[in-house]
This record gives sequence, structure tokens and C-alpha cells, in this order.
Amino acid sequence: MTDWAAIRADFPILSREMNGYPLVYLDSAATSQKPQAVLDAIIDFYSTTNANVHRGAYSLADEATSRYEDARSTVARFIGAQPDEVVFTRGATSAFNTVAYGWALRNVTEDDRILLTIMEHHANIVPWQLVSDLTGCSIEFVGITESGLLDMDDFHRLLDDDVKLVGVSMASNVLGTINPIAEIAEAAHRAGSLVIADAAQAVPHTSVDVYETGADWICFSGHKMLGPTGIGVLWGRPEILEAMEPAEGGGEMISDVRLDGSAWAAVPHKFEAGTPPFAQAVGLKAAIDYLEAIGMDEVERREQELTEYALKSMAGVEGLTVYGPATAEGRVGAISFSLADIHPHDLATILDQRGVAIRAGHHCARPLARTLNVPATARASVYLYNQESDVDALIGALADAKELFSVA
Amino acid sequence: MLTPSSVRWPTPRSYSVSLEEMYREVILDHYRNPRNRDPLDKIDATAEGNNPLCGDEVTIEVSLNGDTVDAISVRGQGCSISQASASMMSKAVLGKTEKEVAEITDTFKKMMGVIDTDENVVDDDRPGATLGDLEALQGVRKFPVRIKCADLAWTTLEEALNR
Ligand SMILES: Cc1ncc(COP(=O)(O)O)c(C=O)c1O
Repeated sequence: MTDWAAIRADFPILSREMNGYPLVYLDSAATSQKPQAVLDAIIDFYSTTNANVHRGAYSLADEATSRYEDARSTVARFIGAQPDEVVFTRGATSAFNTVAYGWALRNVTEDDRILLTIMEHHANIVPWQLVSDLTGCSIEFVGITESGLLDMDDFHRLLDDDVKLVGVSMASNVLGTINPIAEIAEAAHRAGSLVIADAAQAVPHTSVDVYETGADWICFSGHKMLGPTGIGVLWGRPEILEAMEPAEGGGEMISDVRLDGSAWAAVPHKFEAGTPPFAQAVGLKAAIDYLEAIGMDEVERREQELTEYALKSMAGVEGLTVYGPATAEGRVGAISFSLADIHPHDLATILDQRGVAIRAGHHCARPLARTLNVPATARASVYLYNQESDVDALIGALADAKELFSVA
Repeated sequence: MLTPSSVRWPTPRSYSVSLEEMYREVILDHYRNPRNRDPLDKIDATAEGNNPLCGDEVTIEVSLNGDTVDAISVRGQGCSISQASASMMSKAVLGKTEKEVAEITDTFKKMMGVIDTDENVVDDDRPGATLGDLEALQGVRKFPVRIKCADLAWTTLEEALNR
């Protein structure tokens, strides 16, 4: 049995106060907090091992390079991949852009279509719009059902052999919905399309095996899974990475540079132009070690428990509407909601005065907000360090909001 | 080393008081019953404003008779502060000359701290004497991130009239 109180105590920021109340952090879908072990790993790296990687012919640089490549191996094992299938990026966003510029711009034409879903984050929409601007390809969006699930009928209807790429989130950062990625990938492949999966809200919360997903590329960010900012992962099938061109040029990504052209380094380094975020990679490794020590199944079980508790508590608040699946099954712990006619920004301000940090806005998913016909929602999201009392604090603060707005 | 437990926190203020100062009844009334929302037939000046950070939106249409605001329409969506400020503004500038509108806008922005000033633009002893209901928005000043919300309609009106 995991001692969740001890886990929580590993996160120094959670013992601080906010506006006179204990901080209740319910915005982990935006970014997660970091355990001491991750902070220590970063400080240790800078204190003992810092040198530029893949460059120096001296022992320190060698050590630094080993730590960086060791982090890559850890990420690979964590997601069921091989190390040379793991490209380090600045984050999920730059992982998408790497595929947009390195693959799509060269393989998609004006007769082709890209199929996305209405619940995608802007990171899995805007890069494809840039591709569309340059190639003339069209983009279509799969809708959602009343209960906030992906409309699979719509997906199958829109999928035909003009579709060259399907982009889908494994879990929605707004609705929390977990999408049937394996089923989507299988159908897409049968139609001759490749599949890019947004795992930014999946990898931190459930165990993900990239080959089981069936996707061709997977993108996620380190900072949402207890790691530092400035690092993310692009995983790709080896033969696809091999055939892809680099999206960025510079140092580290070449094997030879001549005045009339250059030759690329081997995968994955050909996608890592410039000095890579090696200290961040070391931090990400420490985050994965931390998660694995608990066990991803255990993390998932605990989050389900908290999500269930939150959904039940919120169901008891009159005037509150939850967007997305109403039970913890088939969803992650990002819960979007509205409360009577109180605007989400007003809610966030009022909750903040009780130390409760939630997100208000369109959560970088404007098309979805428009589909739901709400310009903005409030979102509370839980992670392994939250506890039932955090949910209780949220519910208490919602009562404050209703009182201030004279909502019965 | 600075560890969280050795950091000293400011002593708690009375939060409910500042929240109550922000969410005054008159503000909630304008939020729920916004004034001057009907679109205009004759439009002499118009602008759209939005706050990309939080998604607040406002569209302003003005009909002028000479240089007097003859009619105004303010429509939008967003938080109570942005929408109440827009609604109150529409009331405050109706029937005023462009010069008077500029003066009111200046006073409002000074009251909100959007324009730096040392002078006390509103008279605390005579609440409402300078800017009427709009003075209720002063409570927003305690919430710096929300000042932009209050200012949105005003900046949009300035843009419409300066075109
Ligand atoms: C589902 C999803 N995809 C992509 C992203 C983008 O991640 P980042 O901003 O770290 O690149 C996020 C984070 O907000 C997300 O929630």
C-alpha cells in the first residue's frame, strides 16, 4: 500500500500557503509540481556533472553525455520503446512541430486531408494549420458525443483514403476523456494514414506502451509528469523517423557540414539541433524513477479514486455542470465545469482567495469550447499528490462563490 | 538554504472583505442585466476588443450626432468585471460629447491605476460623485490580474472613437 501522505510530503511547494490558506493545487493538467527527488537530481547534475553533451573529449563531458543518454533509455523503457526511437524536444508542442515540418510538409499535398478531433489541444491543431497553409491540404475535425466521448461514427465517416494523417489525443486536457487510440490507429492504418497521438495527458497518468497504442508518433511533455519544463518527447516508429527530415538545423544534428550541404546525424540526434536540454532530461529521468517506484498502475488507481471522489462531491453542488464523462471510468482527472452563471474567471479569483488554484479559460482548446457552446470553463485537475481534503477545499470555496454571487 | 518551511508568509488579510468589495451588488446587477445591448442601425464608430488571455470579448458600436454619443451598443461575453464595466460605461458615456467621453475614460483609467497618477481622482467622502456607479469597480484594484478585465471596454471604446 502506498503511503500517499508521505508522497504528498515529497512535494515542497505543497506546504506553502496562498492568500492565508494552505495551497490547494488543482491545476496539474497545466503543469505538475515536482518532488524533492527531481529537484535534487537537477541540482546534483549542475553541481557535479554539468558539461555540454556529445562534444567534449574530456571525462566530465563524457559523464554528462552518459547521464543524458541514460535519461533517454529510461524514457524508452517507461514507454516500451527503444532508446533511438526517443527524440528529446522542448515539449509536446515542439514534438508536434517536428513532425509537421520534418514529415508533413514533405509528404502531404493539396489533395490530402488531415483528420483531427474537436477535443485537440492547440498544439495538435495549429502546426497542421501551418502545414495546410503551405501545402493546401485540408483539415477536418471529428466531433464528440453528448457525453463527451469521441464520436466514433463521425470518425469512421470522415476517414477515407485521402486522409494522410490522423491526429488524436489519448486523453483530453479539457474533458478528461480517454480516447480509443488502438481502435483509431488500426482503422487509420487500414485507410493508409499515419497516426500522431497526443499523450501529454496520458503518459503522466497511466502506463503507456507506445506499440500497444498503434500510433506512429507519440508526443508528451516532461513538466506534466513531475519533471522540469523545457523537455518533452517525440517517439516515432524507427522506419518513420529514419525517413523523416530534420525540422531544425544546427549543431549536434549533423554528421558532416560542407559549404555545399550537410549530412545528418543518425536518429534520434538528427532531430536534436543545438545544445539539447540535458539537465532537464536528467530531471525527467528522476521523475520517471519516482513514478516507477510507486508504480504507474498504482498511480492510475489512486487518481481514479480521487477523480471519483471529486466527481461525486461536485455532483452534490447545485448548479454545477461537469463537461465530459460523469464517472471516473474512461477518463483522467481533468474535470471541466461551470457553476450557475458565475464566469470561470470570477470563480478562479474567488477560489484563489481560499488558496485553491484551478484553471479558467478555454484551456488551449478553443474549438472544443465553441462546440460545448461555453466560451470558457473552470477546470480542476488532480494528480497523485492531491488528497480528498483538496477536493473538500474546492467544494467549500465553490460555496463561497455562490454566496458572493447570491446564487441559491 | 531557503526551504519552504523557513519562508515567512504575510499575515492573512481579510479576503472575504476584498472579494465583497469587488463583487458589489451593482456590479452583479450590470453583469446579469447588461444595459445598451441592442445592435444599432446607424453606426459611426465601432471596434471589437478581446483579452486573449482569458477570452473576454466586447463589441462596441457608437452612433454620433455631431460629436455627441447619440446611441451606443455594447455586446460581449466574459467575466462579471469585464461585462459590468462595459455596461456601466455605456450608461456613463451616453449623451456625452467625444471630449467628455475622453475625460471620463481618463478619470476611469486613473481610478483603476491603468494610468499612473498621484492625484485622487475620486472623492472618498462623496462616493459616486465623480464616476457614479463606475466607482464600484475600484474594488478590482486589489486584484491586479483582473484590472485588464475592467479596462477592456474602455480601451475598445477609445479605439472605436479614435479611428
Ligand atoms: C493535451 C495536451 N497536448 C499538448 C499540450 C502542450 O504541451 P506543452 O505546452 O508542454 O508543449 C498540453 C499542455 O497544455 C496538453 O494538455
